[in-house]
Amino acid sequence: MSTAMFGSGIRRREDPRLITGAASYTDDLTLPGMLHAAMLRSPHAHARIGAIDASRAKSARGVVAVYTSADTEGALQPSPCAWLLPDSDLKIAEYPCLAKDTVRYVGEIVAVVVAESRYQAYDALELIDVDYDPLPAAIDLEQAGGPDAPRLHAEIEGNQAFHWTVSGGDVDAAFANADVIVKERILQQRLIPTAMETRSAVASYTRASGELTLWNTTQNPHIVRFLCSLVTGVPEDRLRVVAPEVGGGFGSKIAVYPADFVTVFCAMKLGSPVKWTETRSENYQATTHGRNHVQDVELAATNDGRITGIRATVRAGMGAYLSTAAPGIPTILHGLMLSGVYDIPAIHEEVYGLYTNETPVEAYRGAGRPEATFMLERLVDVLADKLDMDPAEVRRKNFIPKFDDGHDVATGLTYDSGDYEQALDKLLRHADYAGLRAEQEEARQQGRYPGIGLSTYVEICGLGPSQVAGAIGFQGGLWESAIVRFHPSGKVHVFIGASPHGQGEETTFAQIVAAELGVSPEDVKVVHGDTDNTPMGWGTYGSRTTAVGGAALALTARKIREKCKVIAAHLLEAAVEDMEYEDGNFFVKGSPDNGKTIQDIALMANVSWNMPEGVESGLEASTFYDPPNFVFPYGAHLALVEVDAETGQVELKRYIALDDCGPQINPTIVAGQVHGGVVQGIGQALWEEAVYDEDGQLLSGSMLDYALPRADKLPEIEVLSTVTPSPHHPLGVKGIGEAGTIASTAAVYNAVMDALKPLNAPAVDMPFTPERVWRAIQKGKGN
Amino acid sequence: MTIPVSIAINGRRYDREVEPRLLLVHFIRDTLGLTGTKVGCDTSQCGACTVLLDGAAVKSCTCLAVQADGAEITTIEGLADDGGLHPLQESFWNKHGLQCGFCTPGMILAAHEILRTNPDPSDEEIRHGLEGNFCRCTGYQNIVRAVRDAVQEETS
Repeated sequence: MSTAMFGSGIRRREDPRLITGAASYTDDLTLPGMLHAAMLRSPHAHARIGAIDASRAKSARGVVAVYTSADTEGALQPSPCAWLLPDSDLKIAEYPCLAKDTVRYVGEIVAVVVAESRYQAYDALELIDVDYDPLPAAIDLEQAGGPDAPRLHAEIEGNQAFHWTVSGGDVDAAFANADVIVKERILQQRLIPTAMETRSAVASYTRASGELTLWNTTQNPHIVRFLCSLVTGVPEDRLRVVAPEVGGGFGSKIAVYPADFVTVFCAMKLGSPVKWTETRSENYQATTHGRNHVQDVELAATNDGRITGIRATVRAGMGAYLSTAAPGIPTILHGLMLSGVYDIPAIHEEVYGLYTNETPVEAYRGAGRPEATFMLERLVDVLADKLDMDPAEVRRKNFIPKFDDGHDVATGLTYDSGDYEQALDKLLRHADYAGLRAEQEEARQQGRYPGIGLSTYVEICGLGPSQVAGAIGFQGGLWESAIVRFHPSGKVHVFIGASPHGQGEETTFAQIVAAELGVSPEDVKVVHGDTDNTPMGWGTYGSRTTAVGGAALALTARKIREKCKVIAAHLLEAAVEDMEYEDGNFFVKGSPDNGKTIQDIALMANVSWNMPEGVESGLEASTFYDPPNFVFPYGAHLALVEVDAETGQVELKRYIALDDCGPQINPTIVAGQVHGGVVQGIGQALWEEAVYDEDGQLLSGSMLDYALPRADKLPEIEVLSTVTPSPHHPLGVKGIGEAGTIASTAAVYNAVMDALKPLNAPAVDMPFTPERVWRAIQKGKGN
Repeated sequence: MTIPVSIAINGRRYDREVEPRLLLVHFIRDTLGLTGTKVGCDTSQCGACTVLLDGAAVKSCTCLAVQADGAEITTIEGLADDGGLHPLQESFWNKHGLQCGFCTPGMILAAHEILRTNPDPSDEEIRHGLEGNFCRCTGYQNIVRAVRDAVQEETS
């Protein structure tokens, strides 16, 4: 095996267990004597809790226990928020694991039943009588902060969780001197992440030793251990958290959740293992949602299309409580990205985080960046329309020129590397953009309404460095770790702190080792997800696993290589300076045929019969890698749609994604990430919306009501790339997990609005349901 | 009250006493411990629980265990003979037709149904045939490729 392994689209190492049903997800676990928990959830969005009568439930067949907040008093701390956004007047409402005297969203946990079987536990939920005294609910984001809105938390005025500002350059001057100003109000609707595996926890507590094991559907088991220790009081050294196979997360499995702590409480109290798995309806009600902004944004520009300033006010609905990382999403990951791929000298944004009587909002694939990209990309199109310029031309005019080692933007970030114009050029060439515009013109003559939408984006990912984490109030580090261990036979174990859950790092990380050390990826086993046998790490989110963890691994492999050189020099009786390395072979300069393979050296290092003086036995190394900066992948996407003006139906005809994530370790896996990401973004534009009524009932509470993308509604996605290495990453790689979602919502939105242009239809709120589009068309006709 | 059932799964017969309301998917997963079959929703939308019942695909959350009395069922664990891989499993692997893997058992069995009823489907027919199965990771693209690839493997 050789360095050719880097860049090869080999099939995945994790797949055999997944395609045969052998993989074990949390709900697949059964422990001896295991009991089953079910959560009683509030049917009201806002109500005072009166008496709770669980006597009938307690005496029901199979029921072992019923607990309410009175039982957990002192045993469970509130569920924590761990992103303490500085300079924002942050007000964190206490989030009790079991509701105390008030419930604040439909789905909040009021009681838990533990029974011998799952069916019995759910049966018993219906036997618990709760007196609720319903209160008015704050739902509408535009009113939730107003004086007449019902208040969620007595001590928090105006339901305001925080007020955060980002500012760079002289925005007032930019707007005062602007030739043109364009404004939009944009609704980023609430979305439900819908990982195919719902959330689950299995807790097992050994009273004799005080040791707790928690199997949990999480993207970051080490964070869960840290926070679970704080909430339950189990010391970290006695607390093992395992993320077994995890069936997707998309941000919804970053947070720690009350239900998981309640499950732990039950296991500790009863001394028996307890399993809890949410139903899909519970998942929709109580697992975190995403997006949820009302954005008022305006752009200042010159008459020839140069953007001179952007100013925005965003109201971000946070739900009833602040989820673990929630405050950082509509602020740090959103506002700091408002320059996008453009050279914008003046930027100002105010973000108001508001409590509402809805499910807490968290990161959802892209997390803040899709909402920023959308604002910019929509406004650029509106500007192009106003100036009667081609949208591609306006973009080109404003791109940050090519740079390969740092570019500062007005929000204070330093992008690492980019060539945005090249990306757009390649995309437009592939699409035959001029041809598409000509066809569009022709179609319009025939009374058809095709639309072409562009979206050019840059994203911030590879979350780190830790010093920045501290400065922005993230209550953890943002480094990653890797251990590489060679066994005597030359086989390799890699232990990582990150926790992939579908992204394929068991394969790409094996490829990194193969490329660096010349072993076959088949000989590399990547271990992750168990806090007892992996080094500390901060988890898989923000497209950071390869960007940060991959760097830790590459550097670790290079340490191994250096040690091997010393051992090989000793065995070959040569000076270390005279040693060369190529594809797993260490040899004296000019004598590659008389070298020592890495397997030879692994055996010697492990038996340690003949080691150089001062060199330790064994062949193992580790790295804790804290990146010097974020990485900034980017790209350009194009969507082609056609709108049926009679019915308002939108058909997505073609989608082209060009993404630059630096050198690709496994292009097949990269393309897979792009496909999935793009489709989630398309889902936001065309179909998906979490709908609450004015009383706070979740109307889109099941897969029957929440419209997910389906196979028969999608075209083949065309995937292109350019390659711009990150100057500061040991492998040059950036991230790709969220790119598709960040770009595609705006591309599809712009395409539909482009299609509607001859019909004079006003802007339509997402998603583009046929009814909304049809109504907009009628308005355009003056009806 | 329990009712006796006798259900063959992956070639082995299981005789059990079950509650009349027990869903087939819970019989498979919880009673028998065959956890390859997944539960992804509670409204029969997602298709993660798809199994073959007397050769035809069914969502095993739409069927009671007692309704399957006397039936022969194939789950993902029993799709291939002799511990190898079924051509569909092979093609899902080759074409990167899965990421987190949670929808995959149901997806493969739904694909099996497409090919059972239409041995040479077009891409459009494959996409239509998969509309009852949700995947949140792949955007379906490589799943469609995998099904197409399995057809080509069969016919080559």
